[in-house]
Amino acid sequence: MATEKEEFEPLIVGITCNWCTYAAADLAGTSRLKYPPNIRLIRVMCSSRIHPSFILYSFARGADGVFIGGCHPKECHYISGPEKALRRIELLRRMIDQFGIEPERLRLEWCSAAEGAKFAQEVTNFTHKLKELGPSPLRGQ
Amino acid sequence: MEEEKKEPKKKIKIALYWAATCGGCDVATLDIEEKILDVINIADIVLWPVAMDFKYEDVEKMEPKSIDVCLFNGAVRNSEHEEIAKMLREKSKVMIAFGSCACFGGIPGLGNVANREQIFKVAYKDTPSTVNPEFVTPQTEMMTNGGEKLTLPEFWNTVKTLDQTVDVDYYVPGCPPTVDRINDAVGILAKFAETGELPPKGAVVAFDKNLCDECERKRDEEKKIKRIYRPHELKEIDPEKCLLDQGILCMGLATRGGCGARCVNANMPCRGCYGPSPEIKDHGAAVLSAIASILGVEDEAEMIDIGTPEEVEELLNQVKDPLGTFYRFTLPSSMLKRVIIKPEKGGET
Repeated sequence: MATEKEEFEPLIVGITCNWCTYAAADLAGTSRLKYPPNIRLIRVMCSSRIHPSFILYSFARGADGVFIGGCHPKECHYISGPEKALRRIELLRRMIDQFGIEPERLRLEWCSAAEGAKFAQEVTNFTHKLKELGPSPLRGQ
Repeated sequence: MEEEKKEPKKKIKIALYWAATCGGCDVATLDIEEKILDVINIADIVLWPVAMDFKYEDVEKMEPKSIDVCLFNGAVRNSEHEEIAKMLREKSKVMIAFGSCACFGGIPGLGNVANREQIFKVAYKDTPSTVNPEFVTPQTEMMTNGGEKLTLPEFWNTVKTLDQTVDVDYYVPGCPPTVDRINDAVGILAKFAETGELPPKGAVVAFDKNLCDECERKRDEEKKIKRIYRPHELKEIDPEKCLLDQGILCMGLATRGGCGARCVNANMPCRGCYGPSPEIKDHGAAVLSAIASILGVEDEAEMIDIGTPEEVEELLNQVKDPLGTFYRFTLPSSMLKRVIIKPEKGGET
């Protein structure tokens, strides 16, 4: 079982904001930082653009984890985006817990455009965490 | 007089059926009062278990598509509901999902937070008024001492909506649909009987805007709530002011209008029985999104403090049961459809 879990490659949907975390991912790439290839990035304009239904849809379609990235609070291009995103994601984490999906499968991180290394590190940590958790209970349904 | 009154145009045939429902939709149908006579003028009822003594066999013997309109209320909870839904679909030209349970799963749809084993355990064992030491639960068949086979429908793990079971032409949401909307539906039937014309498939007999559009309460420009109250916790609810502004969780902001705003006019928050507004795929997610973003946000124009994690925690702790609150009527039609129950606790769907 342990070996099986080691072989398990989680599928992560990453939804990141145009101004900070997506730029951080770009920086991680141009700096040739290594991080696991499990994440599929989708760029949106702001972390508050991410409707909870995007995340539920990802889980319903079998994603093992969803990574949300935005600007640090108070550094938002649109002023109050991260504040809204934080409340939505935290409330959604409680709700997916009720749905029987481990709340750790949904992660919210702030990475500024200069924090390529932080982005690579967070994706690595998240991938390891998901490998520990194993496949999503909704996978293959 | 008798001669003048010609044989009316061929009456349409309608069937009314109830599946997993409280029966309120059937009562609501009678609430249209004298208009029920219009229905009788244009239609012959061929099946209505709550009010008339037709049998399933009577319908079974009918030709396919010989019923013009079927009004189906209730969610699909067991094998009987599915069997009858499929039979009525085959026999009916038009299938209407009538009421929130048929449209979205409704209150019976909240059964999707548990599975069959868990529901049986509570219903046939754990309830204080139950004495059932051998834990007898409904069986799908049994032989009597006389050698006669008795059968019961099979109870499912998961509640389904009508359109997850059969093809549905129109939706009449509401718990129950209001008299005005039932009259609209009767109007559609009358037009169909007279001219054969029908609205486009998939039409919803309600409004295309959300409840806030109908609601006459005054709203603050910038919404912000620091504390959530349940209606009984407030000494007085201002009848003029938006309920959300007063801290009461109202689902109107993502719920389809058409109900006449009856609950909010009676100082009670909208609980979402008319289902999601058009274009919203997941009712609960939409309400969650809206409610979360107005919690404690102070002033948009200022660079506001996000609050310490503890403050946000405390703010969100006030939403006691997000799943049950936001999906009160729409759990089976949501993206996740049901709660995942780990196999060791009892079989999965």
